[in-house]
Amino acid sequence: MTTQTIQLKVNGNTVVTQIDPRTLLVQLIRDHLKLTGTHVGCDTAQCGCCTVHLNGLAVKSCSILALQANGQEVTTIEGLTQGDELHPVQNAFRECHGLQCGYCTPGMVMTTIQLLKHFPKPTDEQIREGLEGNICRCTGYENIVKSVKAAAGI
Amino acid sequence: MYALTYHQPATLPDALKSVEGDAKFLAGGQSLIQAMKLRMTSSSSLVDISKLSELKGISVTDSAVTVGAMTRHAEVALSVQIQQAIPALAKLAHGIGDPMVRNMGTLGGSLAYADPAACYPSALLALAGTVQTNERTISADNFFVNLYETCLKPGELIQSVSFQRPLQAAYIKFKHPASRLAMVGVFVARYKDGVRVGVTGCKTYAFRATQIEQLLGQKFSPDAIEGIELPWSDMLSDIHAGAQYRSALISILAARAVEQCLSS
Amino acid sequence: MTNYGIGQSVSRFEDPRLLRGKGCFVDDVNQLGQAHALMVRSPHSNARIRNINLEQALKAPGVLAIYTGEDVARDGLGTMKVNLPRKRPDGSPMFTRQHQGLSKSFVRYVGDPVALVIAENLLQAKDAAELIDIDYEPLPSVTDTAQAALPGAPAVWEECPDNISHVFEAGNAKATEEAFSKATHIVKRRYVISRVYAHYMQPRGVLAKYDEGDERYTIWADVQYPHRVRNALAENIFKIPEHRIRVIANDVGGGFGTKGWQYPEHRLMPWAARKLGRPVKWTCDRSEAILADEHARDNISEAEIALDAEGRILGLRVKTLANVGAYISSDRNLLSTFVNVHTLSGVYDIAAAHVHVTVLMSNTNSTAPYRGAGRPESIYVMERLLDDAARELNMDRVRIREINLIKPTAMPYLNPFGAKYDCGDFVRGMEIALKSAHYASFEERRKEALGRGKLRGIGIANAIERAASPNQHEFAEIRFNPSGSATVLMGTKAQGQGHETLYKQIVNERLGIDPGQVKFIDGDTDLVAFGMGTNGSRSTVVGGTALWKAADRIIEKGKKIAAHMLEASVDDIQFNKGVFEVVGTDKKVTLKDVAKTAFLAVKLPAGFEGGFYETATFVPAADTWPNGCHVCEVEIDAQTGEVKVVEYLVVDDVGTMINPAGVKGQIHGGVAQGLGQALMEQVVYERESGQLLTGSFMDYAMPRANDLPHIRVENNAVPTLLNPMGAKGAGEAGTVGAIPAIMNAVIDALAPAGVKSIDMPATSEKIWQALRQAKEKTTLSS
Repeated sequence: MTTQTIQLKVNGNTVVTQIDPRTLLVQLIRDHLKLTGTHVGCDTAQCGCCTVHLNGLAVKSCSILALQANGQEVTTIEGLTQGDELHPVQNAFRECHGLQCGYCTPGMVMTTIQLLKHFPKPTDEQIREGLEGNICRCTGYENIVKSVKAAAGI
Repeated sequence: MYALTYHQPATLPDALKSVEGDAKFLAGGQSLIQAMKLRMTSSSSLVDISKLSELKGISVTDSAVTVGAMTRHAEVALSVQIQQAIPALAKLAHGIGDPMVRNMGTLGGSLAYADPAACYPSALLALAGTVQTNERTISADNFFVNLYETCLKPGELIQSVSFQRPLQAAYIKFKHPASRLAMVGVFVARYKDGVRVGVTGCKTYAFRATQIEQLLGQKFSPDAIEGIELPWSDMLSDIHAGAQYRSALISILAARAVEQCLSS
Repeated sequence: MTNYGIGQSVSRFEDPRLLRGKGCFVDDVNQLGQAHALMVRSPHSNARIRNINLEQALKAPGVLAIYTGEDVARDGLGTMKVNLPRKRPDGSPMFTRQHQGLSKSFVRYVGDPVALVIAENLLQAKDAAELIDIDYEPLPSVTDTAQAALPGAPAVWEECPDNISHVFEAGNAKATEEAFSKATHIVKRRYVISRVYAHYMQPRGVLAKYDEGDERYTIWADVQYPHRVRNALAENIFKIPEHRIRVIANDVGGGFGTKGWQYPEHRLMPWAARKLGRPVKWTCDRSEAILADEHARDNISEAEIALDAEGRILGLRVKTLANVGAYISSDRNLLSTFVNVHTLSGVYDIAAAHVHVTVLMSNTNSTAPYRGAGRPESIYVMERLLDDAARELNMDRVRIREINLIKPTAMPYLNPFGAKYDCGDFVRGMEIALKSAHYASFEERRKEALGRGKLRGIGIANAIERAASPNQHEFAEIRFNPSGSATVLMGTKAQGQGHETLYKQIVNERLGIDPGQVKFIDGDTDLVAFGMGTNGSRSTVVGGTALWKAADRIIEKGKKIAAHMLEASVDDIQFNKGVFEVVGTDKKVTLKDVAKTAFLAVKLPAGFEGGFYETATFVPAADTWPNGCHVCEVEIDAQTGEVKVVEYLVVDDVGTMINPAGVKGQIHGGVAQGLGQALMEQVVYERESGQLLTGSFMDYAMPRANDLPHIRVENNAVPTLLNPMGAKGAGEAGTVGAIPAIMNAVIDALAPAGVKSIDMPATSEKIWQALRQAKEKTTLSS
């Protein structure tokens, strides 16, 4: 197997490594970089558990070859804050009981950050539409919607 | 997926040169990477065209909107130019998949992949689209030929797509409850010389509902097509929607699209 | 200090870790030198295995080993056992076949595992698996429940040609027969409850290693019952002393009952790890999950009620066909078919009832408890019957319930199946719900919706369920260390229910300890002495009470130490909010001080045993009976048949709520899973071939955020006396009521159009068909 070089920024850190070209971005993140906060929940790119930011835009890291992110910037859930601080969206989820098992949560948070960029004061409908690419099995979405609204200050 | 090499050419000539054998162009990858992950398709070489400037950009004239092949769905949805020139097209793009898919997926990629449930094919047909490749110009009516198959030749690359600006247009999609793609999607576009209706989700590839076009051409009103049931023997069927149901939905959605045109 | 005690909606302590992506799910765990496993599964629903040719596969790059059922048999791995003493209709012993781990001569369902490939990495394992050549001889198969019961249907097992494993009865057949003979009206219906699958967001995984020096297996797996996994492997599979196995379940990404203790992978990975001398890791793709895991529900009930002239129910009779799949490996696979039939009569005062369950096999995955585990099925039958009876008898659906509801003065109430409801006010619950749901003005909303082209309907369901059963112990330990901080070790296992927080709240309530001073541990069989895991809505009640009792013991011992420290008599010491004080004085000492002293031999009285750790193992005296009234409104697009749930209200009685936000979250999630089954989810097989048609999320429809309405939850708590907290189980309550409430609303919406019944899932196409057929009937008859 021939490897190819990839160079990119992950959570502000430059990463240079050799990878099998088939490596998906989520595999680079989880297996190579040991950032296990990004999760794999399905194999049809529907569940959204693998959502990260690529150049500030929410994308599904299971549907992107790592090499497609070559020379670009990736932010994972671990890269949102430093130390003990929580990002305002993470804080809102915490205050509104927006997570239960936590498996879909990193993806939900990453998607919510993007959602609020487009709709700073979203309606319930815009929130529920905006979360269509993130499946949760635990919460019934009730408190997730509440969390998004709290993060938006409404 | 099976083993592959990955190329990211900087120029169009480089990209065209890289494609040989079973190599495929990689745009947003939202369809292609998925299919390759599941080993439903394979390619020993992927040519990432996302860096090619020739494939980007949106331009508008009095008669048409031209969109670069690498334009992401989110870009079409948010484009003020498209929102003003063909609002139904911007709305269609806004409804594709979910926000993450829209940030990566592209117009060219969607058309070339020709998923029978994708939204763009219905727009291409209804808006009398033309596909500009590196070799030729292809009209919408000739573009889709079979399940996941277009008339593109191996190594032929879509560079841009032009849509004719209609007097009125609307796209209504009934989502498949599992895949959230179009179970049935109907794009209605009214022009001075007639109506075009593009339908996706019902057959192995998107098609024009000519019977509905004629009736709407005579009278552009929902009641003109009430009760019409297109023949459904060659329509798709799965556990969520049989062929007859899809046929019924076509008429219902077409009527709703006409209503939307009339009320806007 | 923030109030963390019982009844506070405290923000969860587990959240910052999970929000930061610092959770530890089984795929996050890795061992040096680990190899990767891939399960090879049958593509056929029923087939003889003529030959398995591994020649080419073994030569593939990176392959370390490929094992089959022959290897499993040669190494003498055992199987699970069925203990229930059931009989077939003719009185002969029940028929069951246990899964062998890897199937050897036959495969009996699509997904039946036949080989285990182990390679350096997963891609290599996949490539090698494609080179395995298995010669199958396909056989006729049956996956459909009704079809499996028909004479002449394909036999799943040749030795059991009628596919009947056994039968089960409860209630009083004679008394019920008498009741029916006196009836003025009999309402009889056939109800189908679909087969669904849990689809937790985290697909399963197993990482296993064998330590030659220690002679021990260590298994990381996302299981709800770590001690039961250990026990099953020790007693049934490997037949070794239990202390030679350690099971570790860290964060579990959803379980809902289905992450059970008898999966083949739990035995195959440790077995392979020992054979290879390397750790072995298996993770399940989403598409594999539905093939690999246990499914749920799947039964058909012929149900009837006998009524008098006023609409009082005199008797209830139900005959059920329950499809449990091909393999019945242990009692677990049968639990849902019988454990909760006792609530078939619901919250209604019915003197006589009888249920007969025929447990059938088919060429499908085994079934097992999944959120509700038979409770939703029981309440569904009763609540559908009430609405159908109301329509048939031209009665109001609320009226027929009102006349039959068990009155609060009738508590404790012995129901016709012998279940004893200890407390609950079902009348008040329904009153609150109907008021809060503006039931009285519903017909106005129905009319208004019609103007928009929507058929609006309302559905009610009064749910009740047995929770926190007295059949299983639970274990709690409070362990202080010499510096005075504490660890709480619990035998339950969280999969998202917020156990860490609620247990810390109990500890705070009883011992006054700041949650920041407490470490919570569950899921590790080396650290936690014993446990039955989490299922059946039991953790708060049974685990919480065990913890409460352990706290009592800490206080008891603490008083003795405090008395010595304060030079007072033990009888003069009282404990309150973390402080021991001498009554009537200001002499006091904190729990932390007492804990530290407990480890200082010189500071303790002679002969007094030091240390400060107490355990409690608790089993309740009886079940608790959480209950609630669900009211749901739907709007159906009259042309497309698409259903949208527009209002959802639950008025719930789960007794005392330790963390109300947490309880409500459980109810929201339960409602969503009920909605999913009612409207879109189903495991579907192709009738002739037995091929699974719902293999991934592309075909198995999962509820998204825009499928759910805003869910309102209100309180009708009647605390139980069965435990010191007054709590009833809450984990499954949402699902139990949601399936009947939503289906009743759909049928109510369609009733004016002449549609009599719809089976779940109420898909848009089904509704479109039903409306068309009803219209054709009306056109024909007019």
